Formats: sequence, C-alpha cells, structure tokens
Amino acid sequence: MSGEAPVVRAVNLVKIYQTGGVPVPAVRGVDLTVEAGEFVAIMGPSGSGKSTLIHMLGGLDSRTSGEIWLDGTRADTLSESAWAVLRREKIGFVFQFFNLVANMTVADNVELPALLGGASPRQARERREYLLGELGLADRAEASPAQLSGGEQQRVALARALANHPRLLLADEPTGNLDSRNTRDVLRLLGQVHRQGQTIVMVTHDARVASMADRVVSLLDGQIADDGAIPRVRRRGGGSAGDVVELHG
Amino acid sequence: MRQPLLALLAKEPAHGYELKQALETIFGSAYPSPNIGQIYVTLGRLEKDGYVRSVDVEQANRPNKKVYYITAAGLEALQTWVEEPTEGPRVRDEFFMKLVLAPMTGLSDRMALVNRQRRHYLALMRDLRELAERTDPANRVALLLIEGAMLHLQADLDWLERCQEELP
Repeated sequence: MSGEAPVVRAVNLVKIYQTGGVPVPAVRGVDLTVEAGEFVAIMGPSGSGKSTLIHMLGGLDSRTSGEIWLDGTRADTLSESAWAVLRREKIGFVFQFFNLVANMTVADNVELPALLGGASPRQARERREYLLGELGLADRAEASPAQLSGGEQQRVALARALANHPRLLLADEPTGNLDSRNTRDVLRLLGQVHRQGQTIVMVTHDARVASMADRVVSLLDGQIADDGAIPRVRRRGGGSAGDVVELHG
Repeated sequence: MRQPLLALLAKEPAHGYELKQALETIFGSAYPSPNIGQIYVTLGRLEKDGYVRSVDVEQANRPNKKVYYITAAGLEALQTWVEEPTEGPRVRDEFFMKLVLAPMTGLSDRMALVNRQRRHYLALMRDLRELAERTDPANRVALLLIEGAMLHLQADLDWLERCQEELP
C-alpha cells in the first residue's frame, strides 16, 4: 500500500450485540476516515456507540459487518493473534480503566511497549523520561501502579500508549479521572505529540480535550450525526477573549 | 460595575484611570477591559447617590485630577452587596428558543441547529484554552475566571446533548 492510505478507514461499520437473544444495535453503519496527523474527537451521549466504535477500531471488539482498514491494511478479517501483532506495532490504546501491569514499576510499564517495538533500552528510557516528565510524574517512575492514585494511573496509561510512537493513538475518555491541573498536563502533552504528527482518535465528553481536535465526530444512536472541523471564533474587535467572559449581567 | 468600583475605593481613594488599571491588573486578559467613559459615568452616578465623594487634586502642569473616596453610605451599600447571596447564572435561553421554535417554522431542523451550536461551543472552548495558555500562570484570579467560563461551556455542551437526545 502507498503511504497515502488513511490511517483509519471504516466502511459501513456495524455492531450488534446479542443479549438474551435480542439483537441490540450499538453501531449502525459508520463511515469514518482519519488521515495521517489528524486529531479526531468522538463525542455523543452515553449509549451512542462511542466506546464500541473505538474498541472495534482497535480490534478489541469484533465487528458484525463492515470493513476496518488500518494504515492501508484490511484489519477486520484478521485473526485475534494477527490483530494483537498489528496493535502492538501500530496502535497505542488508552482505556477508561488503565490495565497497567501490577507487578512492574511505572517506568517499566511505560518502557515495555517501546522495547517490544524494537527501541533500544536507552531510547525507551529517554522516551519514558520525556513522557512522564511532561505528565508531572517524573518522581513516580519507581512506584508500583498500586501506589498511584486513579489520576496518576490514567496518566501512566497515556504515557505507555505513546511510548512506541504508535501510528495511531486510540483513547477512550483519557481524562475521565483527572482534576483540572492534571487535565492541563495531559492536554499539553496531547498538543505536543499532535504537533509532532501523531494521529489521534479519542472518545471524550470533556470539551477542553475535544477542543484540541481538528475535527469532531458526534454520534447519536450508533450513527454519525455530525462530522466536521471546529471553526475559528470570529472576534468582535480586541485581541483578548474578554468578551467570552462576563463577570456581571 | 458599581460594586466593583465601590470595592476598589473601599481599599483606597483613586481617580478613574487608576480604577480601570486596577480592574485590568486584578482580572487579567479574561476580563472585558472596562471602558474609561463607562467608569466615569458610573462614578458620577455613585456620587449622585451619595456613595462616593470626590476632591480635586492639583497637579503641576496638568489639569486637576478628581480623586474619589467612599462614604459611610457607600461602605454600607458595599457591605450589603458582599453579604447577600449572588444570583446563579441564567441558562442560555436564546439558543433553546431557536431549538424549540425554529423547527415549527420549517426554517431549520433540530439536528442541524444542535450540530452548529456544538461546533460553536467547541470553538469558544478552544479560544478559552488558548487564552489560558497565554495567561501568566501566577495570575490565579484570571485563570480561575477562565476555568469558570470553561465549566459553564461544558455544562452548555452537556445540556445540548440532552436536548439532542430528548427532542425528536
């Protein structure tokens, strides 16, 4: 395949869960193309199919029908083990729950994917130091995951997902457990890696995170209700955003 | 504008331009820069109501400047303002009016209205985020003001989502 292929291409993607014999459609015919370097936020009410969609794109949930192409390769027809290889090589995934390896230090958790991806120990260490530093976790490197707060574990999971310079970063509510200050660190890092060309597809209901994206896809009842760029605000006069804020009526 | 000016004058007497500068310094770039004319108009009204008085201070080679100071009645009014509970913000009802009424006229459908509004809110959010990035990290007042605006926007977006779910 040529280098021009989109990083993600989903064609008429459908997911129907069978619960107690009753078919429940979660995703109903989604077409989605994400070009290299794009940052796409997926928004929508709970139950709209956001998580199901992103899990299918990462091969963590099988599709009922439709096609998934990753980086020019048909992926939905792969066996589970072939998916696992593809994921390790191309995809960084941040889950709502962090899935850190409990008996490894934070540093080892983050370095592992880079080492598996073929980085030298020195490269893996430098990447880990950069990522944990940006996320305000430099002094937690030798801790074990159990010693961390939920917010810290979530940031470690993000660092781990980015350790291998994945072709695609998939994230499901990556700031769901973070307070304002920690969210700011995560936003700064996402902005940096995005400027460096990282392709990102992220499910979020946090508008601060979504506003970092180039494009927002809104799901409703398993279908795309809206897909488009976030416009620029047209300012009335002055250079500050002062007219966004009003202290008195 | 009345009470913030009274509060600044309760701290120390000042002339109009100093009040404008004080507001800008305290609240930073998130605050709409007050118009000097509006400040003088407000000071005039406060003076008429007996909440402030002014004295002319002579300046070498310049016109006299008017320095304002707070009166006992002004302090009392300020005290009342500080102690009474503050009204909560009103829901952004203009968009809701459009959302409910426009489809009845056939001028637009709700999906299109909601989608356009969502993109607009996200654009405003991006603007606020960039403003926060440009703001001096030591200016906690300005950053908290921006954070407050962000939280309101998030609530507006959540409400938009509810409207999209509930209105056919």
